[in-house]
Amino acid sequence: MDITRRKFIKSAAVNSAIATAVALFPGISFSAWTNKEGASGQILWEKTPCRFCGTGCGLLVGVSGDRAVAVKGDPNCSVNKGLCCVKGYHSIQALYGKDRLTKAMVRKNGKLVTVPVKEALDVIANKMQETIKKHGKDSVAMYGSGQWTIPDGYAASKLFKGCIGTNNVEANARLCMASAVVGFLTSFGKDEPMGCYDDIDHADVFITWGNNMAEMHPVLFSRMLARRKKRKDIRIIDLATRMTRSGQAADKAIIFNPQTDLAIANAICYEIVRNDRVNWDFVKKHCSFHKGKTGIGYGIEDHFKFKDKAQNSSFQEFKTFLKDYTPEKVAKISGVSAMDIKYLASVYGDPDKKVTSFWCMGMNQHTRGTWINNLVYNIHLLTGKISTPGNSPFSLTGQPSACGTVREVGTLTHKLPFGVVMKEKAREKAAKIWKVPVKNIDPKPSYHTVEMFRALDRGDIRFMWVQVTNPMVTIPNLKRYRDGAQKKDRFLVVSDVYPTPTTDVADVILPAAMWIEREGFYGNSERRTQHFEQILPAQGDSICDTWQIIEVARRMGFEKQFPWKQETYIKDIWNEYIQFHDYPAHRMAPYNLLKERSGVQWPFVNGKETKWRFNAKYDPACEQKGFDFYGKPDRKAWIWLRPYEPAAESPDREYPFWLNTGRVLEHWHTGSMTRRIPILHGSMPAAYVELNPDDAADLGIVNNSKVKITSRRGSIVMIASINGRGRPPRGMVFVPFFDEKYLINEVTLDAFCPMSKQPDYKKCAVKIERV
Amino acid sequence: MPVFSYLAHPVEGAKDKLMNEVKECDHCEVIPADNEDILIILTDTPDDDAEKKLWKKLTNLKSMRSLDMIFGHAGEDARKNIKKG
Ligand code: SF4
Repeated sequence: MDITRRKFIKSAAVNSAIATAVALFPGISFSAWTNKEGASGQILWEKTPCRFCGTGCGLLVGVSGDRAVAVKGDPNCSVNKGLCCVKGYHSIQALYGKDRLTKAMVRKNGKLVTVPVKEALDVIANKMQETIKKHGKDSVAMYGSGQWTIPDGYAASKLFKGCIGTNNVEANARLCMASAVVGFLTSFGKDEPMGCYDDIDHADVFITWGNNMAEMHPVLFSRMLARRKKRKDIRIIDLATRMTRSGQAADKAIIFNPQTDLAIANAICYEIVRNDRVNWDFVKKHCSFHKGKTGIGYGIEDHFKFKDKAQNSSFQEFKTFLKDYTPEKVAKISGVSAMDIKYLASVYGDPDKKVTSFWCMGMNQHTRGTWINNLVYNIHLLTGKISTPGNSPFSLTGQPSACGTVREVGTLTHKLPFGVVMKEKAREKAAKIWKVPVKNIDPKPSYHTVEMFRALDRGDIRFMWVQVTNPMVTIPNLKRYRDGAQKKDRFLVVSDVYPTPTTDVADVILPAAMWIEREGFYGNSERRTQHFEQILPAQGDSICDTWQIIEVARRMGFEKQFPWKQETYIKDIWNEYIQFHDYPAHRMAPYNLLKERSGVQWPFVNGKETKWRFNAKYDPACEQKGFDFYGKPDRKAWIWLRPYEPAAESPDREYPFWLNTGRVLEHWHTGSMTRRIPILHGSMPAAYVELNPDDAADLGIVNNSKVKITSRRGSIVMIASINGRGRPPRGMVFVPFFDEKYLINEVTLDAFCPMSKQPDYKKCAVKIERV
Repeated sequence: MPVFSYLAHPVEGAKDKLMNEVKECDHCEVIPADNEDILIILTDTPDDDAEKKLWKKLTNLKSMRSLDMIFGHAGEDARKNIKKG
């Protein structure tokens, strides 16, 4: 190995250890370590956001020649202030797995064969045109990702919605963030958090709702621990359905029965009202009360349709509604003691404490995901703890650009980069910027993600192009959809960086340039847009996902809409895209500034970033003094009356356990990248099923026993883990989904929140047997 | 040519002893924390075998309470079969 490279790897190794130690022991110092890196001048350090989670840490990647050789946290990035987690430190190794896809492939006579990229692009364009001719424009679809860069999603939306004229554009962020989006829209009329990560530096109490931040957002969790280390009165309360590393590190861990977070949130409001802890000044000026439909279903059947209808309500009606949620009543269904519920209410209701609530998949992957988002906002609104430093209801994102690409560009069936397809003004604006006739843009949304895969199975969709995601591991009730994708007369194009179960069933594979092998932008959880340069050459024949779409669009006759040159297309797309957001509530930073800085938060107005929205002190879009919830026509935040309703499927005599699924620290989603990083793979080589020790004893299961998990949809055999990293309560098992050897989604249920259409991966009924 | 870094936690009161013991091992550098009972150990071994032997030696040191691996550059050979089938 080259000596300089080796020296830098050693330097990266020590820096990683120091960062981890700092996370564990804030204030720790290592004066014996004198970092001599950079002295040789042979390593160039380039900034980029991390490839993995939605925290959006800034990294500095050390490049020697054509190769990335080291990573350190970017001290100029306010997200992580030089810190990283284990995935970030090892991220560059994901570029160099031995089986990187570097050649295009086309299935011929049933076998995938290597072809020139040009030929593959011709096949895609021809097949799409042929399918549209035969089956109509709604027979073709694009399924993308919260790991798409902003230009990828923008180009996809323009091609499918603007040029082809179908709203068949979805992204895997539907599976992780849709409930957060609809929660924001219904409560505030504007998507994305009002606060930012600086809230961590101001809050007195952190309450995490079904959110294992220690593993999923480790750098933010470290920031919380560092704050607690500095001030003895800081508290972390973990409200969850299983004991995790987050619960272990918290000051108080409260375990509740799945789905009953709805009842707990209402009980907290009940107590706040009962004890007159309502911030009346805030509520009277800035809140209005509303109710919607109830008994809204679960979307298990094909063609399921639901539309909520908001009705005005009042504080009095809200107070009466809350009577069903006394702490004593809720204790019975939630398993949380009335005392703990009262404690939570006292924390939220204490006017002298700043409270930040964090959540992510636990609340979003929920058949009442929109409702639980609304209900946690209710708590913050009743107490006026919102839009000020440290007072923040904060919905975290899972993916690096779920916000930037999916939510802001609008790569969901009903969305456009500005507004929704149903609104004429939004269609007109898009048509003008995209230079397409306005009639091209269909005013009716088509299929959300689960329904899109159902349509592929039924044959309503015949052609699907998948970029930067791995649905043949992640779609719930997977077997139906994998069989559907392989039916005769279905055509699947997959753009990816490694072979996956999704490329296994593809008809065309396009090798994609990965992350810093191309230029792009991500947008993280706190409205921060992050630019990255192409730092490394693309490997083999791989090309950037955006350029793949441009090439296909041109082949289909849309040269006018996709006129850009290869040298400048990312900048040109950015300049076109930001026209959609050229108003104070969402103005984005210019290209040159994004190139310079380690991320810029929008709204970016008059050269200033916005840290807290809806508060005139910080937000340039406010038109009145104090708070201004300008997203809603009444300029108020909406408090919703939303009841507790049970899960789509609950344990019964035949299937007596809850199945909960999720992620682990070491692996990114389906593991297609992180399982190719030796050290991450080595420390978490295979998935497992976590059981409660008492359940395991009852069933005669010991650590490493083989266990069969069966639901009404499928079964899987895997290894038991007892008293391992996590500990579920009695009656629940937990399985991580990173391992393609164990397709747990063959067992899960494709029920979703009728409002957000986001599936619930956290709750279905299974039985457990020792094998 | 693997490079690894670890956080080493000494048994109570044995931080200096652990540091001296680690210093005596080949292919090791040790960086003590100034204000906590913790050490960073950096290993730079010629091959996987030497790395494994060193790891065993480190974990068997009497003054070592626990050793957490933080970073590893193991070389391409360490890649295991991770695909289905
Ligand atoms: S916390 Fe997330 S963004 Fe930060 S380094 Fe880890 S994986 Fe990357």
